[in-house]
Amino acid sequence: MKKIISAAIGLVLSCGAVFSAQAGPTLDAIKKKGFVQCGVSTGVAGFSNPNSQGVWSGIDVDLCKAIAATLFGDATKFKLSPLNTQQRFTALQSGEVDVLTRNTTISLQRDTSLGLRGLGVNFYDGQGIMVSRQLQVKSARELDGATICLQPGTTTELNLSDYFRSHKLKFKPVVIDNFDELVRAFAAGRCDAYTTDISALGIMRATMLPNPDDYVVLPELISKEPLGPMVRKGDDEWADIVRWTLNAMIEAEELGINSKNVDQLSKSGTPVIQRLLGSTPGIGKHLGVDEKWVYNIVKQVGNYGESFERNLGPSSPMKMQRGANALWSQGGLMYALPVR
Amino acid sequence: MPSPSVKRRSAFSWHQPRVRALVYQVLTLGLVLAGVAWLLDNTLANLATRRIASGFGFLQQEAGFAIGETPIPYEAHHSYGRAILVGILNTLRVSAIGIVLATVLGLIIGLLRLSPNGLLRGIARCYVEVFRNTPLLLQLFLWYALITDRLPAPRQAIEALPGIFLSNRGLALPTPADPMALTWAGAGLLLGVALLLIHAHHRRRAAAARALPGLLKAAVLIGLPVVGLVFGGERLGWSIPEQRGFGFSGGVLLSPEFATLLIGLVSYTSAFIAEIVRAGIQAVPAGQWEAASSIGLSRWKTYRLVVLPQALRVMVPPMTSQYLNLIKNSSLAVAIGYPDLVSVINTTLNQTGQAIEGVALIMAAYLTISLSISLLMNAYNRRIQLDGARP
Repeated sequence: MKKIISAAIGLVLSCGAVFSAQAGPTLDAIKKKGFVQCGVSTGVAGFSNPNSQGVWSGIDVDLCKAIAATLFGDATKFKLSPLNTQQRFTALQSGEVDVLTRNTTISLQRDTSLGLRGLGVNFYDGQGIMVSRQLQVKSARELDGATICLQPGTTTELNLSDYFRSHKLKFKPVVIDNFDELVRAFAAGRCDAYTTDISALGIMRATMLPNPDDYVVLPELISKEPLGPMVRKGDDEWADIVRWTLNAMIEAEELGINSKNVDQLSKSGTPVIQRLLGSTPGIGKHLGVDEKWVYNIVKQVGNYGESFERNLGPSSPMKMQRGANALWSQGGLMYALPVR
Repeated sequence: MPSPSVKRRSAFSWHQPRVRALVYQVLTLGLVLAGVAWLLDNTLANLATRRIASGFGFLQQEAGFAIGETPIPYEAHHSYGRAILVGILNTLRVSAIGIVLATVLGLIIGLLRLSPNGLLRGIARCYVEVFRNTPLLLQLFLWYALITDRLPAPRQAIEALPGIFLSNRGLALPTPADPMALTWAGAGLLLGVALLLIHAHHRRRAAAARALPGLLKAAVLIGLPVVGLVFGGERLGWSIPEQRGFGFSGGVLLSPEFATLLIGLVSYTSAFIAEIVRAGIQAVPAGQWEAASSIGLSRWKTYRLVVLPQALRVMVPPMTSQYLNLIKNSSLAVAIGYPDLVSVINTTLNQTGQAIEGVALIMAAYLTISLSISLLMNAYNRRIQLDGARP
């Protein structure tokens, strides 16, 4: 009898083992090839941008590194595919990349009919309008009949039309694919206004326009653009890893864990910190990764605040304030779901 | 009478070239069809497993985005289908005007290439080499930069003639306020055609009557519609552009993007056409020139009556491919912001995610336009071909 029971238990356990070993197809394939393939932008300073040596940096690149740290305990086990706005979804859908860590807005339509899954927000953005100071325009509502420069292939065109339609105003779009050419046309006065996400407007004004002080960003935000990582549907284990990597980065900032004090805190921190950093085992097993995964992220990449500071903050060339991207406890929107 | 054995062999045998050819053709066709079917099936299956909605249903949905230039009325609340139609019309507009202008300019440059005047020959040669040997995309960027950088802002627009303004928003022109004026222009055109037909008929009857000079014919065909347009405008009122707010209201605005694309396509294609014209003329045997001058024809008449009609036979087929190139090159519009077919579909497929359908629509549209041009040009080619010449 005992034998039969132990055999039955063994069978059940081995079944369990088989099930847990058989993750979704994406996760299995990533583990097999030994690195994560992330889709990033073709070059947006502060988000994902190569420097003169061809080394990429930005908050989106940091997220990709953090995913690698979660999965392999090594933040260097990743590769990047630069994708333009037209390529990004096809590349993800076809499996060319495993995850989009690329300034991409999450929306219902993308979640449903494109077969993708948005997994959280790593930057709260919104579409804004920039005009030349010379025009003496104070509000977007004064732009009736204006010519507006914009890049194709995003929700930008739709948001702009919606805003002007709902305020019964008219405008003429000039849609140019090539970013440099578009900025040149705007600087030359071809358009009265330029519209894109606020983050990109700031970067453009700081780095691309001849005299930054000649331009003002109007106060109206005409859309919400929550940017975040996306994966394709159909592999929940893989989606979990991406989602909780992002949450762990934010949670680490909430708890005051950064790359400098992480070694010390993993030994002497509060019980909550000890559990997060894997000194007290548990959460790693649930996620199916090494117990030290959060430790690896913070040690090798940093917490969310460090990543923001390094790539976008006042000490970076972007000189961006945290604003909506500050922690919820400091008046922002960044709120980590409990990593426990 | 053939023997029975020969007859049997000719009925169905591997040694028969016709049978072999048939088998190969059926096999090839089968392979191609199987390949296409496999690709189609594979795509559909993949779309289904990734839960991506497919099909052309999205064409009826509201587009929601604005287009800068609309030959037909279009607003953001119209459908994607109508937006794409606007894109097709924009492509056709720039291509049609581009083909006419490139042909005229190419013909002039080609003739200059053979001019006895060394300076003119040199200039024409420079033109051809410069435009033919640099990338069109680069030329477009250059033209666009010149146009947008050099022209003044709308508030400082140059008023070239009363009611005609030139600025970096484009060229604002007055138009008749009422579309009825176009009817008057159409009536003028009909009248012109009728007059010329009556004259031709009359001339056939009385052989002594002199032929009308080409210039007069052109004046009748172009002048009468213009008179109709102006007359219609006078009766129904003009819409004259006025500086208002950020730009102009009233009249019609030719955008810098349209001008850039048109100038770029015309200068680039005309360089190729010039070479075709030169080659065509040089293909006419020297004896024809000598014969023409021996009967005392002037240089112009030699070209018009003897050389060009013969050169045309050589020129038409390569011209066709230049026209097709011009149409396809117009898709570079996306680089400088002219809302052509590709630009509109780009936006559409980004909003809907229907990449495969969008690309299929682009291909279908270009294929239809190109095949129509080929068909027309081939028909024209057959008409001017010598009897008995190989098509």
